[in-house]
Amino acid sequence: MSVNNVVKRCEALFEDLDFNAVKRWKAAAPGRKAIGYMPIYVPREIVHAAGMLPVGIFGGGDQMEVIQGDAYYQSYICRIPRSTVELGLTGKLDCLDGMLFPSICDVIRNLSGMWQIMFKDKYVKYFDLPQNYDDATGGSFYIHEMRTLRDDLAALGGADITDEKLKASIAVYNENRKAVRDLYAYRAQKPWQAPTSEVYLVLRAGGVLPPEDHTNLIREYLVEADREKRPQRDNARVVLTGSFCEQPPLGLIKSIEMAGCYVVDDDFQLCQSWLLDDVPTTGDPLEELSKAFLHRSTQTASKYDDRKEDKGKHLLRQVKTRGAEGVIFAAASFCDPALLERPMLQEILAKHKIPYTAFKFAENTGQMAPIREQAGTFADSIKLWSAA
Amino acid sequence: MSTAAAAKKQVIKEDAMWLQKELINRNYHEVATAHSEGRKISATFVPGNLNELLMCFDFARRLPETDALQNGMRKKSGKMIMDAERDGHSEDVCTYVKSDLGMMLQGQLGPTGEPMPHPDILLLSYTGCFTFMKWFELVRQKYDCRTVMLHVPYQGDGKINPAMRRYVVNQLKEKVIPALEEVSGVKFDIDRLREYMRESVKAEEDLVAVLQTAKHRPSPIDGYFGAVYYIGPMFTAFRGVPEATRYYSVLREEVEARLREGKGPVTPDGDHPGEKYRLVVEGPPNWTSFRDFWKMFYDEGAVVVASTYSKVGGVYDFGFRHDPEHPLESLADYCLGCYTNLNFPQRIDMICRYMDEYQADGLLINSIKSCNSFSAGQLLILREVEKRTGKPAAFIESDLVDPRYFSAANIKNRLESYFQMIKQKRGVKNEAVAA
Repeated sequence: MSVNNVVKRCEALFEDLDFNAVKRWKAAAPGRKAIGYMPIYVPREIVHAAGMLPVGIFGGGDQMEVIQGDAYYQSYICRIPRSTVELGLTGKLDCLDGMLFPSICDVIRNLSGMWQIMFKDKYVKYFDLPQNYDDATGGSFYIHEMRTLRDDLAALGGADITDEKLKASIAVYNENRKAVRDLYAYRAQKPWQAPTSEVYLVLRAGGVLPPEDHTNLIREYLVEADREKRPQRDNARVVLTGSFCEQPPLGLIKSIEMAGCYVVDDDFQLCQSWLLDDVPTTGDPLEELSKAFLHRSTQTASKYDDRKEDKGKHLLRQVKTRGAEGVIFAAASFCDPALLERPMLQEILAKHKIPYTAFKFAENTGQMAPIREQAGTFADSIKLWSAA
Repeated sequence: MSTAAAAKKQVIKEDAMWLQKELINRNYHEVATAHSEGRKISATFVPGNLNELLMCFDFARRLPETDALQNGMRKKSGKMIMDAERDGHSEDVCTYVKSDLGMMLQGQLGPTGEPMPHPDILLLSYTGCFTFMKWFELVRQKYDCRTVMLHVPYQGDGKINPAMRRYVVNQLKEKVIPALEEVSGVKFDIDRLREYMRESVKAEEDLVAVLQTAKHRPSPIDGYFGAVYYIGPMFTAFRGVPEATRYYSVLREEVEARLREGKGPVTPDGDHPGEKYRLVVEGPPNWTSFRDFWKMFYDEGAVVVASTYSKVGGVYDFGFRHDPEHPLESLADYCLGCYTNLNFPQRIDMICRYMDEYQADGLLINSIKSCNSFSAGQLLILREVEKRTGKPAAFIESDLVDPRYFSAANIKNRLESYFQMIKQKRGVKNEAVAA
């Protein structure tokens, strides 16, 4: 399959708001179940070990007209909850047997309760992630959260989720995370060969495909992308940050690239790269997942930084290891975590003399000209500074 | 005497309100002079406020939310917010945060005009509001304050399970208390905590009794505009302090006397003109135009008989009391039970219960732009409560302390229409009964 075909397949999955891939997966064997999860992080291993398909729900994007969803939210609330409600009310999420709402922010937290009221026949869980990183304290609480999820899904699926099943699922996701890390490394090395508009689609496919298939897809994309001869441009290398929940429209990513930026790192699909290395498949699986979360996971605005000096470390690491020349803050409008975090990160970047620019978007932003102009000016200024 | 000064003099206050004003002013003075007197300053939040614990370490206690609302009521917050926005903070985020940061940018003077020194410790009691976490991270980044996190899990399933309680207690033991000891230099004494809690319980009993007088007709209190004064000491730096216990005792006597005399609430213009509409209100009030906002209600004969905001710093009316015999577990339960830490079905159940027990005519939601913890999903609350109670609900929008988001004419129009709707519904009901 050529790289174009791989990307086309991913694009079809991305655009399919009826989740036909999920429906096909469920139809392939009787009794199969699918569990949706909202952005940032849930331990998908537990869903997978239950024999269920974890399905990433990232709102309705710019292809869906939100009508009913708007009736549930004031104008000053971001768009992802309203388009997610729209997906639910229009029956597009009927293929899901449950939904997980991780602790991202107050809006998604409240959406978990709304979901309990609006979709009474579905399994709904608010999944609280610890903000205390001691094994005995935050770890114990987190293991209890995971054990509850494990018991709930076992009851829903009618089969025990054994430690052996969990360990096997951890191994599957270790492979997937390794593939994602390879994809990010390849893009940072040759961003002209693997543009972010493609990488993003390959990642988004992970929201609807089983992890084994997604790992193969990433591997295939890496092979095919490397075969292509694509022109290398004198673009500015940037890290894009702040888009960890509501996703920017694909057109926005393309616009940034067309404006002269190579996006060499991002936080679009944090769930896939949240754990920074392999989770051991020996020992108690929930304990190992907990340790990975507490001690070897990424930073983002929804997660507390225990020490002042830790703030911005991950972003600085992204800039350094990816060889980035600047940072684009792209936050969804009314996104509390991203917008409250932004001034702190900007201050740190300024101290390190790393240039940055910032704008807001909504998942249905249609006017790309201002963003293209801003990103273009930013890229030009980076090139001028670096030449000086 | 100027007209403004004359108007100020004419504002009617109950005795307990004067007592409270004294308490607040004294606390601001304690904060202002703390460092010069060798005391350390703590800052924490209203929901999940561990006041009894902080007192065990002799901290002068700041609550940045109440600083912001005091600045809002004194018409100072608008400029502070704009200063923070000029300093790089988004127009989309919480105005309490921006008011606090703006106050610091303007030179660290508190609402009363006295100095407002930096806290020595930020107790990040992360209860029911995500923004709290970012708020103290921002303060820490700017002013290098020591921060200690207390993560209070959300009641996603509508209940407190033992693991949640254990998690909070372990954090208190392993993180919070050692940090407070280290910063204050005072050794933790659990018996001292118990003593403060015994004091708290007395005040909690009186507060609940006061709030529940609104079940009577006419209600002797306003359970929203009046209640924000009543909850002041309990939710801020005074729960567990003997003066606060006295305040609640005086308040209860005053309110019960009004009840015996068949009087309505005291408003800034004197006695309430007469109860025509009984409402439950969901959501915080607007502070920048607080009196104007209140006047829109009592001018029309509306009394708020119960509100969810008066439970934001602790839900006491369903039986919870601090328990001196199990002090740390009790602090955990207190934090876990604050209103915005309840899930949506719990919040809706609570409102419906208020509608019934307080014989309310309807529900009014004041949706606050700054506060997603309250606001996200309130339109579903409105629908569900209407569906379950058959009583009309209405929706208005404003903000906590950003004067740009208080449109008096718009809110007044909506309220007047709403009161008409209640009247019409009553008419239809009466006709049906007569028929």
